[in-house]
Amino acid sequence: MLEMQDNIQVCVKGLKKNFGKLEVLKGIDVQIKKGEVVVLLGPSGSGKSTFLRCLNRLEEITAGKVSVDGIDITDKKVNINKVRENVGMVFQHFNLFPHMTVLDNVMLAPVELKKKTKEEAKEEGKRLLERVGMSSKAEVYPPQLSGGQKQRVAIARALAMNPDVMLFDEPTSALDPEMVGEVLQVMKQLARDGMTMIVVTHEIGFAREVASRVIFMDEGYIVEEGTPDELITNPKESRTIDFLSKVL
Amino acid sequence: MPAVLESLFNILNSYSGMLLSALGETLLLTLLSLIFAFVIGLFFGLLNVSKSKILNIIGTIYVDGIRGVPLMVLAFFIYFGIPGAISASGISDFKMSALVAGTIALSLNAGAYMAEIFRAGIQSVDKGQMEAARSLGLPYSISMKKVVLPQAIRTMIPSIINQFIISLKDTSILMVIGFPEITLAGKIIAGNTFDPLVTWGIVAVMYMIIIISLSRLAKVVERRINVGDAR
Repeated sequence: MLEMQDNIQVCVKGLKKNFGKLEVLKGIDVQIKKGEVVVLLGPSGSGKSTFLRCLNRLEEITAGKVSVDGIDITDKKVNINKVRENVGMVFQHFNLFPHMTVLDNVMLAPVELKKKTKEEAKEEGKRLLERVGMSSKAEVYPPQLSGGQKQRVAIARALAMNPDVMLFDEPTSALDPEMVGEVLQVMKQLARDGMTMIVVTHEIGFAREVASRVIFMDEGYIVEEGTPDELITNPKESRTIDFLSKVL
Repeated sequence: MPAVLESLFNILNSYSGMLLSALGETLLLTLLSLIFAFVIGLFFGLLNVSKSKILNIIGTIYVDGIRGVPLMVLAFFIYFGIPGAISASGISDFKMSALVAGTIALSLNAGAYMAEIFRAGIQSVDKGQMEAARSLGLPYSISMKKVVLPQAIRTMIPSIINQFIISLKDTSILMVIGFPEITLAGKIIAGNTFDPLVTWGIVAVMYMIIIISLSRLAKVVERRINVGDAR
Protein backbone atom coordinates (compact mmCIF):
# COMPACT_ATOMS: atom_id res chain seq x y z
CA MET A 1 0.00 0.00 0.00
CA LEU A 2 2.80 2.38 0.91
CA GLU A 3 4.61 1.56 -2.29
CA MET A 4 1.46 2.45 -4.22
CA GLN A 5 1.49 5.84 -2.51
CA ASP A 6 5.10 6.41 -3.52
CA ASN A 7 4.21 5.67 -7.10
CA ILE A 8 1.64 8.43 -7.30
CA GLN A 9 3.13 11.27 -9.29
CA VAL A 10 0.15 13.54 -9.72
CA CYS A 11 -2.70 13.58 -7.25
CA VAL A 12 -5.76 15.75 -7.81
CA LYS A 13 -8.56 16.02 -5.25
CA GLY A 14 -11.75 18.05 -5.73
CA LEU A 15 -10.12 20.44 -8.17
CA LYS A 16 -12.31 23.40 -9.05
CA LYS A 17 -11.51 26.30 -11.35
CA ASN A 18 -13.66 29.34 -12.01
CA PHE A 19 -13.09 32.09 -14.53
CA GLY A 20 -15.08 34.87 -12.90
CA LYS A 21 -18.53 33.36 -12.52
CA LEU A 22 -17.94 30.65 -15.08
CA GLU A 23 -17.22 27.28 -13.52
CA VAL A 24 -14.83 25.47 -15.83
CA LEU A 25 -13.76 22.63 -13.55
CA LYS A 26 -16.39 21.44 -11.12
CA GLY A 27 -14.53 18.92 -9.00
CA ILE A 28 -11.90 16.68 -10.54
CA ASP A 29 -10.35 13.69 -8.76
CA VAL A 30 -7.48 11.88 -10.45
CA GLN A 31 -4.38 9.99 -9.42
CA ILE A 32 -1.65 9.42 -11.95
CA LYS A 33 1.13 6.93 -11.36
CA LYS A 34 4.76 7.09 -12.48
CA GLY A 35 5.16 6.10 -16.10
CA GLU A 36 1.46 6.32 -16.93
CA VAL A 37 0.37 7.87 -20.20
CA VAL A 38 -2.99 9.49 -19.60
CA VAL A 39 -4.95 10.88 -22.52
CA LEU A 40 -7.70 13.41 -21.88
CA LEU A 41 -10.52 13.39 -24.39
CA GLY A 42 -13.57 15.57 -24.54
CA PRO A 43 -15.38 18.23 -26.55
CA SER A 44 -13.92 21.73 -26.66
CA GLY A 45 -14.89 23.74 -23.62
CA SER A 46 -15.01 20.63 -21.45
CA GLY A 47 -12.11 21.88 -19.32
CA LYS A 48 -9.32 19.54 -20.50
CA SER A 49 -6.79 22.27 -21.21
CA THR A 50 -7.71 24.18 -18.07
CA PHE A 51 -7.23 21.00 -16.06
CA LEU A 52 -3.80 20.50 -17.61
CA ARG A 53 -2.83 24.12 -16.92
CA CYS A 54 -3.82 23.74 -13.28
CA LEU A 55 -1.26 20.95 -12.87
CA ASN A 56 1.64 23.42 -13.15
CA ARG A 57 -0.43 26.33 -11.88
CA LEU A 58 -0.39 28.26 -15.12
CA GLU A 59 -3.99 28.73 -13.99
CA GLU A 60 -4.61 29.65 -10.38
CA ILE A 61 -6.55 26.90 -8.65
CA THR A 62 -9.90 27.99 -7.21
CA ALA A 63 -10.44 25.06 -4.85
CA GLY A 64 -9.22 21.56 -4.18
CA LYS A 65 -5.79 20.03 -3.90
CA VAL A 66 -3.21 19.24 -6.52
CA SER A 67 0.04 17.60 -5.61
CA VAL A 68 2.92 16.78 -7.91
CA ASP A 69 5.71 14.50 -6.68
CA GLY A 70 4.13 14.74 -3.26
CA ILE A 71 4.32 18.55 -3.17
CA ASP A 72 1.02 20.33 -2.63
CA ILE A 73 1.13 23.05 -5.30
CA THR A 74 -1.99 24.75 -4.00
CA ASP A 75 0.04 25.73 -0.95
CA LYS A 76 0.82 29.44 -1.36
CA LYS A 77 4.22 28.96 0.27
CA VAL A 78 5.39 26.39 -2.24
CA ASN A 79 8.07 27.54 -4.71
CA ILE A 80 6.13 26.95 -7.89
CA ASN A 81 9.21 27.51 -10.07
CA LYS A 82 10.90 24.51 -8.44
CA VAL A 83 7.83 22.37 -9.12
CA ARG A 84 7.65 23.53 -12.73
CA GLU A 85 11.24 22.42 -13.32
CA ASN A 86 9.92 18.89 -12.89
CA VAL A 87 6.82 19.39 -15.04
CA GLY A 88 7.49 19.93 -18.73
CA MET A 89 4.78 21.47 -20.87
CA VAL A 90 4.17 21.44 -24.61
CA PHE A 91 1.69 23.92 -26.05
CA GLN A 92 -0.67 23.84 -28.99
CA HIS A 93 1.02 26.88 -30.54
CA PHE A 94 4.58 25.74 -29.69
CA ASN A 95 5.53 29.07 -28.07
CA LEU A 96 9.15 28.77 -29.11
CA PHE A 97 11.19 31.90 -28.44
CA PRO A 98 11.54 33.42 -31.94
CA HIS A 99 14.54 35.60 -31.11
CA MET A 100 16.75 32.66 -30.13
CA THR A 101 18.17 29.81 -32.14
CA VAL A 102 16.70 26.35 -31.71
CA LEU A 103 19.63 25.32 -29.53
CA ASP A 104 19.36 28.47 -27.40
CA ASN A 105 15.66 27.75 -26.90
CA VAL A 106 16.57 24.36 -25.47
CA MET A 107 19.51 25.67 -23.40
CA LEU A 108 17.80 28.72 -21.90
CA ALA A 109 16.22 27.22 -18.78
CA PRO A 110 19.09 24.93 -17.68
CA VAL A 111 21.59 27.78 -18.06
CA GLU A 112 19.48 30.53 -16.48
CA LEU A 113 18.52 28.31 -13.56
CA LYS A 114 22.17 27.30 -13.21
CA LYS A 115 21.40 23.61 -13.49
CA LYS A 116 24.20 23.25 -15.98
CA THR A 117 27.16 25.17 -17.32
CA LYS A 118 26.84 26.56 -20.82
CA GLU A 119 28.96 23.73 -22.21
CA GLU A 120 27.00 21.01 -20.43
CA ALA A 121 23.72 22.57 -21.51
CA LYS A 122 24.95 22.74 -25.08
CA GLU A 123 25.92 19.07 -25.06
CA GLU A 124 22.63 18.07 -23.47
CA GLY A 125 20.71 20.37 -25.84
CA LYS A 126 22.33 18.76 -28.88
CA ARG A 127 21.56 15.32 -27.50
CA LEU A 128 17.91 16.27 -26.97
CA LEU A 129 17.63 17.74 -30.47
CA GLU A 130 19.11 14.51 -31.78
CA ARG A 131 16.45 12.61 -29.87
CA VAL A 132 13.63 14.55 -31.57
CA GLY A 133 15.39 14.43 -34.94
CA MET A 134 16.17 18.16 -35.05
CA SER A 135 19.94 18.28 -34.58
CA SER A 136 20.50 19.58 -38.11
CA LYS A 137 18.47 22.71 -37.25
CA ALA A 138 20.27 23.62 -34.02
CA GLU A 139 21.48 27.01 -35.28
CA VAL A 140 18.27 27.95 -37.11
CA TYR A 141 15.69 30.44 -35.79
CA PRO A 142 12.20 29.06 -35.08
CA PRO A 143 10.33 31.14 -37.73
CA GLN A 144 12.19 29.13 -40.38
CA LEU A 145 10.82 25.80 -39.14
CA SER A 146 7.66 23.95 -40.14
CA GLY A 147 4.97 23.37 -37.53
CA GLY A 148 6.00 19.79 -36.90
CA GLN A 149 9.64 20.80 -36.51
CA LYS A 150 8.68 23.59 -34.11
CA GLN A 151 6.72 21.20 -31.95
CA ARG A 152 9.57 18.70 -31.84
CA VAL A 153 11.92 21.49 -30.71
CA ALA A 154 9.34 22.50 -28.10
CA ILE A 155 9.36 18.94 -26.78
CA ALA A 156 13.17 18.99 -26.59
CA ARG A 157 13.02 22.32 -24.77
CA ALA A 158 10.57 20.92 -22.22
CA LEU A 159 12.80 17.87 -21.72
CA ALA A 160 15.87 20.02 -21.06
CA MET A 161 14.99 20.48 -17.40
CA ASN A 162 14.79 16.71 -17.01
CA PRO A 163 11.13 16.67 -15.92
CA ASP A 164 9.37 13.72 -14.30
CA VAL A 165 6.05 14.60 -15.88
CA MET A 166 5.21 15.99 -19.30
CA LEU A 167 2.00 17.85 -20.06
CA PHE A 168 0.87 18.09 -23.69
CA ASP A 169 -1.84 20.62 -24.50
CA GLU A 170 -3.22 19.65 -27.92
CA PRO A 171 0.29 19.28 -29.34
CA THR A 172 -0.87 18.41 -32.86
CA SER A 173 -3.97 20.58 -33.20
CA ALA A 174 -2.19 23.48 -34.90
CA LEU A 175 -0.31 21.26 -37.34
CA ASP A 176 -0.91 20.51 -40.99
CA PRO A 177 -2.09 16.90 -41.27
CA GLU A 178 1.13 15.64 -42.84
CA MET A 179 3.12 16.85 -39.84
CA VAL A 180 1.05 15.23 -37.12
CA GLY A 181 2.82 11.89 -37.51
CA GLU A 182 6.34 13.14 -36.80
CA VAL A 183 5.24 14.75 -33.52
CA LEU A 184 3.23 11.72 -32.39
CA GLN A 185 6.26 9.57 -33.20
CA VAL A 186 8.41 11.57 -30.77
CA MET A 187 5.69 11.35 -28.13
CA LYS A 188 5.39 7.59 -28.56
CA GLN A 189 9.13 7.22 -28.09
CA LEU A 190 8.92 9.31 -24.94
CA ALA A 191 6.12 7.09 -23.63
CA ARG A 192 8.17 3.98 -24.36
CA ASP A 193 11.07 5.51 -22.39
CA GLY A 194 8.79 5.53 -19.36
CA MET A 195 7.90 9.23 -19.14
CA THR A 196 4.78 10.08 -17.19
CA MET A 197 2.62 11.90 -19.71
CA ILE A 198 -0.70 13.70 -19.57
CA VAL A 199 -1.94 14.49 -23.03
CA VAL A 200 -4.90 16.54 -24.19
CA THR A 201 -5.51 15.53 -27.78
CA HIS A 202 -8.08 14.69 -30.40
CA GLU A 203 -5.86 11.95 -31.83
CA ILE A 204 -7.93 8.90 -30.95
CA GLY A 205 -5.42 6.66 -32.71
CA PHE A 206 -2.64 7.88 -30.43
CA ALA A 207 -4.83 7.32 -27.38
CA ARG A 208 -5.66 3.78 -28.49
CA GLU A 209 -2.07 2.90 -29.22
CA VAL A 210 -0.11 4.63 -26.46
CA ALA A 211 -2.38 5.54 -23.56
CA SER A 212 -2.38 3.45 -20.43
CA ARG A 213 -5.55 5.26 -19.40
CA VAL A 214 -8.06 7.45 -21.19
CA ILE A 215 -10.16 10.01 -19.36
CA PHE A 216 -13.25 11.49 -20.94
CA MET A 217 -14.22 14.95 -19.69
CA ASP A 218 -17.34 16.98 -20.34
CA GLU A 219 -18.63 20.22 -18.82
CA GLY A 220 -15.98 20.35 -16.13
CA TYR A 221 -16.39 16.79 -14.87
CA ILE A 222 -14.70 13.47 -15.53
CA VAL A 223 -17.46 11.46 -17.13
CA GLU A 224 -15.67 8.17 -17.61
CA GLU A 225 -12.20 6.71 -17.50
CA GLY A 226 -10.53 3.44 -18.31
CA THR A 227 -8.08 1.67 -20.54
CA PRO A 228 -8.27 2.64 -24.23
CA ASP A 229 -10.06 -0.61 -24.83
CA GLU A 230 -12.66 0.07 -22.16
CA LEU A 231 -13.23 3.71 -22.98
CA ILE A 232 -12.75 3.96 -26.73
CA THR A 233 -13.94 0.55 -27.86
CA ASN A 234 -16.61 -0.08 -25.24
CA PRO A 235 -17.71 3.23 -23.73
CA LYS A 236 -20.51 3.01 -21.15
CA GLU A 237 -21.71 6.58 -20.65
CA SER A 238 -24.04 8.02 -23.26
CA ARG A 239 -22.02 11.27 -23.46
CA THR A 240 -18.84 9.32 -24.19
CA ILE A 241 -20.60 7.24 -26.83
CA ASP A 242 -22.04 10.40 -28.36
CA PHE A 243 -18.63 12.14 -28.45
CA LEU A 244 -16.79 9.16 -29.87
CA SER A 245 -19.42 8.66 -32.57
CA LYS A 246 -18.66 12.18 -33.74
CA VAL A 247 -14.87 11.95 -33.79
CA LEU A 248 -14.25 8.38 -34.88
CA MET B 1 16.84 89.44 -51.40
CA PRO B 2 20.47 90.53 -51.07
CA ALA B 3 19.53 92.13 -47.75
CA VAL B 4 18.26 88.79 -46.45
CA LEU B 5 21.36 87.00 -47.67
CA GLU B 6 23.59 89.61 -46.14
CA SER B 7 21.81 89.25 -42.85
CA LEU B 8 22.09 85.46 -43.05
CA PHE B 9 25.83 85.64 -43.56
CA ASN B 10 26.22 88.20 -40.80
CA ILE B 11 24.28 86.11 -38.32
CA LEU B 12 26.09 82.91 -39.24
CA ASN B 13 29.38 84.75 -39.05
CA SER B 14 28.82 86.32 -35.66
CA TYR B 15 26.66 83.72 -33.95
CA SER B 16 27.61 80.32 -35.36
CA GLY B 17 29.61 79.56 -32.22
CA MET B 18 26.64 80.37 -30.03
CA LEU B 19 24.24 78.40 -32.24
CA LEU B 20 26.49 75.36 -32.30
CA SER B 21 27.03 75.35 -28.57
CA ALA B 22 23.25 75.73 -28.16
CA LEU B 23 22.78 72.78 -30.49
CA GLY B 24 25.18 70.80 -28.31
CA GLU B 25 23.22 71.73 -25.18
CA THR B 26 19.97 70.72 -26.90
CA LEU B 27 21.36 67.34 -27.90
CA LEU B 28 22.93 66.79 -24.47
CA LEU B 29 19.65 67.52 -22.70
CA THR B 30 17.72 65.32 -25.11
CA LEU B 31 20.11 62.40 -24.77
CA LEU B 32 20.37 62.56 -20.97
CA SER B 33 16.62 62.84 -20.66
CA LEU B 34 15.98 59.95 -22.99
CA ILE B 35 18.37 57.69 -21.11
CA PHE B 36 16.62 58.47 -17.82
CA ALA B 37 13.22 58.29 -19.53
CA PHE B 38 14.08 54.81 -20.78
CA VAL B 39 14.79 53.62 -17.25
CA ILE B 40 11.73 55.40 -15.82
CA GLY B 41 9.58 54.08 -18.66
CA LEU B 42 10.82 50.53 -18.18
CA PHE B 43 10.13 50.73 -14.46
CA PHE B 44 6.60 52.15 -14.70
CA GLY B 45 5.81 50.09 -17.80
CA LEU B 46 6.61 46.96 -15.79
CA LEU B 47 4.42 48.21 -12.94
CA ASN B 48 1.58 48.71 -15.40
CA VAL B 49 1.75 45.19 -16.85
CA SER B 50 2.14 43.56 -13.44
CA LYS B 51 -0.64 41.40 -12.04
CA SER B 52 -0.61 43.37 -8.80
CA LYS B 53 -3.40 45.95 -8.59
CA ILE B 54 -1.36 48.12 -6.23
CA LEU B 55 1.57 48.30 -8.65
CA ASN B 56 -0.86 49.06 -11.50
CA ILE B 57 -2.30 51.95 -9.50
CA ILE B 58 1.17 53.37 -8.75
CA GLY B 59 2.05 53.14 -12.44
CA THR B 60 -1.20 54.75 -13.52
CA ILE B 61 -0.81 57.61 -11.04
CA TYR B 62 2.63 58.37 -12.42
CA VAL B 63 1.66 58.19 -16.09
CA ASP B 64 -1.59 60.12 -15.70
CA GLY B 65 -0.07 62.60 -13.27
CA ILE B 66 2.87 63.52 -15.45
CA ARG B 67 0.92 63.50 -18.69
CA GLY B 68 -1.63 65.78 -17.08
CA VAL B 69 0.92 68.54 -16.41
CA PRO B 70 2.35 70.68 -19.22
CA LEU B 71 6.12 70.36 -19.50
CA MET B 72 6.56 74.10 -18.94
CA VAL B 73 4.68 73.96 -15.64
CA LEU B 74 6.67 70.90 -14.60
CA ALA B 75 9.90 72.76 -15.42
CA PHE B 76 8.87 75.82 -13.39
CA PHE B 77 7.84 73.59 -10.52
CA ILE B 78 11.20 71.81 -10.45
CA TYR B 79 13.44 74.78 -11.22
CA PHE B 80 11.79 77.40 -9.00
CA GLY B 81 9.47 75.44 -6.72
CA ILE B 82 11.76 72.81 -5.26
CA PRO B 83 14.88 74.94 -4.58
CA GLY B 84 12.58 77.66 -3.26
CA ALA B 85 10.98 75.27 -0.81
CA ILE B 86 14.34 73.93 0.33
CA SER B 87 15.79 77.41 0.84
CA ALA B 88 12.66 78.61 2.64
CA SER B 89 12.87 75.68 5.03
CA GLY B 90 16.30 76.99 5.97
CA ILE B 91 18.17 73.75 5.38
CA SER B 92 20.48 75.25 2.82
CA ASP B 93 20.65 77.88 0.14
CA PHE B 94 19.91 75.36 -2.58
CA LYS B 95 20.26 76.23 -6.27
CA MET B 96 19.55 73.92 -9.15
CA SER B 97 21.20 74.40 -12.51
CA ALA B 98 18.98 74.76 -15.55
CA LEU B 99 20.53 71.60 -16.99
CA VAL B 100 19.67 69.55 -13.91
CA ALA B 101 16.15 70.95 -13.66
CA GLY B 102 15.61 70.61 -17.40
CA THR B 103 16.85 67.03 -17.43
CA ILE B 104 14.60 66.10 -14.51
CA ALA B 105 11.57 67.75 -16.07
CA LEU B 106 12.09 66.27 -19.51
CA SER B 107 13.00 62.82 -18.12
CA LEU B 108 9.85 62.70 -16.00
CA ASN B 109 7.78 63.88 -18.94
CA ALA B 110 9.25 61.53 -21.54
CA GLY B 111 9.34 58.75 -18.93
CA ALA B 112 5.56 58.80 -18.71
CA TYR B 113 5.24 58.39 -22.46
CA MET B 114 7.98 55.76 -22.48
CA ALA B 115 6.07 53.85 -19.80
CA GLU B 116 3.15 53.65 -22.19
CA ILE B 117 5.45 52.57 -25.02
CA PHE B 118 6.86 49.81 -22.80
CA ARG B 119 3.40 48.74 -21.68
CA ALA B 120 2.16 48.49 -25.25
CA GLY B 121 5.36 46.75 -26.36
CA ILE B 122 5.21 44.14 -23.61
CA GLN B 123 1.51 43.54 -24.23
CA SER B 124 2.19 43.08 -27.94
CA VAL B 125 4.23 39.95 -27.16
CA ASP B 126 2.10 36.80 -27.30
CA LYS B 127 1.05 35.63 -23.83
CA GLY B 128 2.24 32.15 -24.72
CA GLN B 129 5.83 33.38 -24.59
CA MET B 130 5.61 34.21 -20.89
CA GLU B 131 3.70 30.99 -20.22
CA ALA B 132 6.29 28.87 -22.01
CA ALA B 133 9.12 30.53 -20.07
CA ARG B 134 7.31 30.14 -16.74
CA SER B 135 6.42 26.51 -17.51
CA LEU B 136 10.17 25.77 -17.71
CA GLY B 137 10.54 26.95 -14.12
CA LEU B 138 11.99 30.36 -14.99
CA PRO B 139 10.94 33.07 -12.53
CA TYR B 140 8.91 36.04 -13.77
CA SER B 141 11.93 38.39 -13.76
CA ILE B 142 14.13 36.14 -15.91
CA SER B 143 11.22 35.35 -18.24
CA MET B 144 10.62 39.06 -18.68
CA LYS B 145 14.29 39.87 -19.23
CA LYS B 146 15.26 37.00 -21.52
CA VAL B 147 12.05 36.21 -23.37
CA VAL B 148 9.47 39.01 -23.34
CA LEU B 149 11.48 42.25 -23.31
CA PRO B 150 13.85 41.39 -26.18
CA GLN B 151 10.80 40.79 -28.37
CA ALA B 152 8.93 43.81 -27.01
CA ILE B 153 11.81 46.21 -27.63
CA ARG B 154 11.96 45.30 -31.31
CA THR B 155 8.38 46.43 -31.79
CA MET B 156 9.00 49.49 -29.64
CA ILE B 157 11.95 50.95 -31.56
CA PRO B 158 9.88 53.10 -33.96
CA SER B 159 7.89 54.53 -31.04
CA ILE B 160 11.07 55.16 -29.07
CA ILE B 161 12.59 57.11 -31.95
CA ASN B 162 9.34 59.02 -32.28
CA GLN B 163 9.56 59.92 -28.59
CA PHE B 164 13.18 60.97 -29.18
CA ILE B 165 11.97 63.45 -31.80
CA ILE B 166 9.19 64.77 -29.58
CA SER B 167 11.54 65.20 -26.62
CA LEU B 168 14.09 66.94 -28.79
CA LYS B 169 11.50 69.50 -29.83
CA ASP B 170 10.29 69.79 -26.24
CA THR B 171 13.72 71.00 -25.15
CA SER B 172 12.73 74.35 -26.69
CA ILE B 173 10.20 74.74 -23.86
CA LEU B 174 13.07 74.67 -21.36
CA MET B 175 14.26 78.10 -22.51
CA VAL B 176 11.76 79.39 -19.96
CA ILE B 177 14.07 78.29 -17.16
CA GLY B 178 17.06 79.79 -18.96
CA PHE B 179 18.51 76.61 -20.36
CA PRO B 180 20.83 77.71 -23.19
CA GLU B 181 19.37 75.57 -25.96
CA ILE B 182 18.74 76.57 -29.57
CA THR B 183 15.47 78.40 -29.07
CA LEU B 184 16.90 80.57 -26.30
CA ALA B 185 19.90 81.28 -28.53
CA GLY B 186 17.48 82.26 -31.27
CA LYS B 187 15.68 84.65 -28.98
CA ILE B 188 18.93 86.34 -27.98
CA ILE B 189 20.20 86.56 -31.55
CA ALA B 190 16.88 87.91 -32.86
CA GLY B 191 16.97 90.55 -30.15
CA ASN B 192 20.54 91.55 -30.96
CA THR B 193 20.22 91.60 -34.73
CA PHE B 194 16.66 92.87 -35.05
CA ASP B 195 16.19 90.26 -37.78
CA PRO B 196 13.70 87.71 -36.49
CA LEU B 197 12.92 86.35 -39.95
CA VAL B 198 16.42 85.13 -40.68
CA THR B 199 17.21 84.17 -37.09
CA TRP B 200 14.15 82.01 -36.58
CA GLY B 201 14.60 80.65 -40.09
CA ILE B 202 18.07 79.41 -39.12
CA VAL B 203 16.77 77.95 -35.85
CA ALA B 204 13.92 76.19 -37.65
CA VAL B 205 16.27 74.69 -40.23
CA MET B 206 18.60 73.45 -37.47
CA TYR B 207 15.75 71.60 -35.75
CA MET B 208 14.57 70.29 -39.08
CA ILE B 209 17.94 68.87 -40.07
CA ILE B 210 18.36 66.93 -36.81
CA ILE B 211 14.81 65.69 -36.80
CA ILE B 212 14.77 64.63 -40.44
CA SER B 213 18.04 62.74 -39.90
CA LEU B 214 16.52 61.04 -36.89
CA SER B 215 13.40 60.04 -38.83
CA ARG B 216 15.60 58.63 -41.59
CA LEU B 217 17.53 56.68 -38.98
CA ALA B 218 14.21 55.42 -37.64
CA LYS B 219 13.22 54.15 -41.09
CA VAL B 220 16.53 52.33 -41.51
CA VAL B 221 16.30 50.73 -38.07
CA GLU B 222 12.70 49.75 -38.71
CA ARG B 223 13.63 48.09 -41.98
CA ARG B 224 16.47 46.23 -40.25
CA ILE B 225 14.05 44.89 -37.65
CA ASN B 226 11.57 43.75 -40.26
CA VAL B 227 14.35 41.93 -42.08
CA GLY B 228 15.28 40.33 -38.75
CA ASP B 229 11.71 39.14 -38.25
CA ALA B 230 11.67 37.36 -41.56
CA ARG B 231 14.68 35.24 -40.77
